[in-house]
Amino acid sequence: MQIYLPIAEVSVNAFLLLGLGGMVGILSGMFGVGGGFLMTPLLFFIGIPPAVAVATEANQIVASSFSGVLAHFRRKTVDLKMGTVLLTGGLIGAALGVVVFNYLKSLGQVDLLVTLCYVVFLGVVGSLMFIESLNALRKSKKGGAAPAKRRQRGWVHAMPFKMRFRTSGLYISVIPPIVVGLCVGVLSAIMGVGGGFIMVPAMIYLLGMPTKVVVGTSLFQIIFVTAFTTMLHATTNYTVDIVLAVLLLVGGVIGAQIGTVIGARMPAEQLRVLLAALVLVVCGKLALDLLLEPSELYSLGVEGGH
Amino acid sequence: MLKRLILLFALCVTPALAEEESVVLGLSQDRVAITATFDGSEILIFGAVKRETPIPSGPPLEVIVAVAGPSSPVTVRRKERKLGIWVNTDSVLVDLAPSFYAVATSAPLDDILSDTEDLRYRVSIERAIRSVGAAMHIRGAQDFADAVVRIREDEGLYSIREDTVAVDEQTLFRTSIDMPADLTEGEYAARIFLTRGGAVVSQFETIIDVRKVGLERFLYTMSREQPVWYGLMSLVIAIAAGWGASTAFRLLRET
Repeated sequence: MQIYLPIAEVSVNAFLLLGLGGMVGILSGMFGVGGGFLMTPLLFFIGIPPAVAVATEANQIVASSFSGVLAHFRRKTVDLKMGTVLLTGGLIGAALGVVVFNYLKSLGQVDLLVTLCYVVFLGVVGSLMFIESLNALRKSKKGGAAPAKRRQRGWVHAMPFKMRFRTSGLYISVIPPIVVGLCVGVLSAIMGVGGGFIMVPAMIYLLGMPTKVVVGTSLFQIIFVTAFTTMLHATTNYTVDIVLAVLLLVGGVIGAQIGTVIGARMPAEQLRVLLAALVLVVCGKLALDLLLEPSELYSLGVEGGH
Repeated sequence: MLKRLILLFALCVTPALAEEESVVLGLSQDRVAITATFDGSEILIFGAVKRETPIPSGPPLEVIVAVAGPSSPVTVRRKERKLGIWVNTDSVLVDLAPSFYAVATSAPLDDILSDTEDLRYRVSIERAIRSVGAAMHIRGAQDFADAVVRIREDEGLYSIREDTVAVDEQTLFRTSIDMPADLTEGEYAARIFLTRGGAVVSQFETIIDVRKVGLERFLYTMSREQPVWYGLMSLVIAIAAGWGASTAFRLLRET
């Protein structure tokens, strides 16, 4: 069934959108990532104008994360205190990110820089996670109790403004979470994603949060940052397509529920190997696009349009 | 000055007055309504040639129908390999390029329209695009205009279909123009040219109005005129759907 999207001004198959939403929703529920880093390129691929794809994706992430976070609230795997601290940084970061985005846009290089951002961040995060989680998997297979969690007593613990995060079992300075939130906010505004794929590893490796709490807490933070981004896009670029968003999220919320169930049944280490592999695949695809000669050297940008 | 203007005006009008043959046109629809399930549209264009005198001898009457969507400036960027990766380097602003352009003719276009007439009336796709501002320092500036045509032809937005106008007895003609699903809103100009021996003998122009209607219209207008409320509404709908589906799914699993 073809459906005409009022803001994107293209006609697409409604079932294709439902399917895409559902597929990405499953991943969202499993890994606690918003799925934006997959969905945004997929939307480009089916012919949605990039500006509309980025803005609408933010709106869709709000919905899929919301149903995901509800499931995590019931299982008490959300650290509200930590989430709020991350969020403070995230909102400041998102506002900064929009300024940077508009500057790059005026230089006409926004596509390149967005792709480079994807390749660099997905590559680094994916490789680190892959190596780390493979090591963890090997250790747990060898049997014998895994060594007790090594609490890093480095610079993260030497900072002032310490705060106790009971749910995460941490007593650390608020500066690292705020900085993490800020960086993720900037990236999410530039790359049109929720930023979970950066935040999840940062929370595990930098802040030392337990994996089970990480997913729910990052979803909690993502909801508010993407809601903020949606409003910024809706009021400045008029590029939020509600029809597209609803179709994606109807598939997405159902997918997220299935994903949360799958995620809860799978061991955390295996979950991380899968996520790392997924991140690396997307990274490889984008890197190839930069390295191989494109079949069409020219591209069109409509002036004064959206 | 005024005299000169009047003279210029008179010169422009004279050919029209001297027309021996003119077009009487019919359209299957003069407005296209974009609804939620809009999946393209086919417009039938038909008409007759009105003349006071007998059919002139000489080359036969040929018909060209050109439908053009609203024009807007387009930035064309070209990629080049820099430091091993492909990046946008040169860019050219094409002043005006129609969002949609379809030409239907009764015979191969080159045979029925001379170059000078094409230049004057901007009939062929290449002529319909205006790029006077192309910077001379960029090599192959014409490549950029060609790229617009090539990319939009691939997307089905530009098309030239020769031999698709049927002409009977040099008087009746009909054709159909396919409008794709990805239409931009606006006024689409349909131009009909009658030619003999490569020269345009008569021209007729009418407007096809392409508008969003119903829900599409409502959402589009709201997103432009009340962006804050539109944004909030989008969020509320998104969150309600997220919560609703989540609850429904849980109830389903508990029963």
